[in-house]
Amino acid sequence: MTSLHAEVVLRRREFTLDVTFAAHPAEVVAILGPNGAGKSTLLAVLAGHLLPTSGVVRVGERTLTAVRDGSADVAVRPEHRSVGLLGQDPLVFPHLSARENVAFGPRATGTRAADAGRVADDWLASVGLAGLGARRPDALSGGQRQRVALARALAAEPAVLLLDEPFAQLDVRTAAELREVVREQVRRTRTATVLVTHDVLDAVALADRVVVLHDGHVVEQGRPLDVLTDPVHPFTAALAGVNLVVGRLVAQPDGSTALAGPDGVLVPCDAPEPGGRAQVTFPPGAVVVGAGWPARVVDLEPGTTGVRVRTSGDVLVDLPPARAAALDLRVGAELRLSVAAEHVRVRSLA
Amino acid sequence: MTRARAVGVPRLLWVPAALAAGLLVLPVLALVLRADWGSLPADITTPAALDALRLSLSTSAAATGVCFLLGVPLAVVLARADGWPADVLRALVTLPLVLPPTVGGIALLYLLGRRGLVGQSLDEWFGITIPFTTAAVVIAQAFVAMPFLVLSVEGSLRTAGTRFDVVAASLGAGRWTVLRRITLPLVRPGLVSGTVLCFARALGEFGATALFAGNSPGVTQTMPLAIYSAFNGAGVTQGTAVALSLLLVLAAVAVLLAARAWRPGRAA
Repeated sequence: MTSLHAEVVLRRREFTLDVTFAAHPAEVVAILGPNGAGKSTLLAVLAGHLLPTSGVVRVGERTLTAVRDGSADVAVRPEHRSVGLLGQDPLVFPHLSARENVAFGPRATGTRAADAGRVADDWLASVGLAGLGARRPDALSGGQRQRVALARALAAEPAVLLLDEPFAQLDVRTAAELREVVREQVRRTRTATVLVTHDVLDAVALADRVVVLHDGHVVEQGRPLDVLTDPVHPFTAALAGVNLVVGRLVAQPDGSTALAGPDGVLVPCDAPEPGGRAQVTFPPGAVVVGAGWPARVVDLEPGTTGVRVRTSGDVLVDLPPARAAALDLRVGAELRLSVAAEHVRVRSLA
Repeated sequence: MTRARAVGVPRLLWVPAALAAGLLVLPVLALVLRADWGSLPADITTPAALDALRLSLSTSAAATGVCFLLGVPLAVVLARADGWPADVLRALVTLPLVLPPTVGGIALLYLLGRRGLVGQSLDEWFGITIPFTTAAVVIAQAFVAMPFLVLSVEGSLRTAGTRFDVVAASLGAGRWTVLRRITLPLVRPGLVSGTVLCFARALGEFGATALFAGNSPGVTQTMPLAIYSAFNGAGVTQGTAVALSLLLVLAAVAVLLAARAWRPGRAA
């Protein structure tokens, strides 16, 4: 029933990680970011495997890490932090049965064998593995092993649970089931949970809050819906599959306002007045081919409902298969694109 | 288990392979053929032969025990240590493997002999002399056999990695608990094979023992030394040496077979 509070600054040659965030009881905070954003480094600091250059990690009233200018005032060892880990690889102990795996945490902290076995059976039941306690890990499926790993992590009653892409190696259906189990158990135990992922689906399905990490820095945070429908940072926009164009607001001949971006991109928007710098976001499906700003096809890839076309100016266009076929799209082909102002969100930049 | 058909080996490879197998197997075969089966029971049950066998088995067991108690911790430390001091230590640990055992025997004398680096103090302060005692046999065997155990266990530890240890620590397990319940059980195959190799090497040890412990029947005369004495001894038939050799071969084969049966995963 405790929250996690972390302020972490870590410098390594070219790279600086600078993150401050909190996770409250029963809350899942997703740390979203591309490879190299510093997600794993952040987890290592939280788990106590790495000392930051400076910073504080606190769970409730208890300080786990406190470092000022490279000298550690507090550095609680991993086994005493009460920080649970669930990674991409379940790492179920191969020489122990499912029950012994789950009972490992209680046993290690002094629970009697018989009691720990009962606790383990309860946990196995709550992750949907009732009756499989005697199974060896090699007699379990990948999804079942990940369930054992989850039960094992929770049976140790951690104050904070760290999830490091725990669904990445599972097939789509198993991943969906397991997300449900994680969500249920996190709510039930009211464990503050940090989920590190680069999969936007994890954030949407599981997170109460999203912290987007890019190049070691938090570029935005908020509720998943808000962050993903109205992204501020290009990385988030790319992740959410939303177009984000930065440019200058200009007056149009008809008296309306539009945003003039790079490569001739011209997006109409309901901006109060022209003159300032701004950014607009709009979904690729809202872009219409026919009239508007001139663009060139940069590449083509399969989209969720047809063809996704990347055009000059980094604008994505989603087209239904029939429409794409009719346009005879090729890399280098010239197009004219437009988008209706009602699909465009605008944000002025200082 | 289905096994995919492999690509197969070039036929020409069979020739050197057969020669290699011959080189390893034929000498033992020759030994078996040379044995005088009529006098064999008598030869291997002479008091001298039984003494030597008893001494060999007990000293090898003791040496293996010493190697296990000291070598496993060394392997753990080496496997988890980084940097050049660890590299240097790793190289030094393997030295007895490549050193002629006689050199090892001389080195042990210079360390633990009555005038040796440590031996002199042992003698003066405590009145303990090690050379030419049964303890010297055990030390000589441990010296040549320990690298087998250390290398085997260290290799297994490196292969196993530390990922399971990290998970165990996150579940609240202290370092001893992690070592006892996770790290060592995970390298059990390496522990078993290392221990067996260690015992087999101790059983066959000759050179270092001869120089450091001598060849005194009942005290330091292990099987290999008894065989050597019987083979070169005036008046004693070489038949005794052959018979003792066969006994040693039998003991070694028994140890290796026992280890195979032990291998985890085979029985299960």
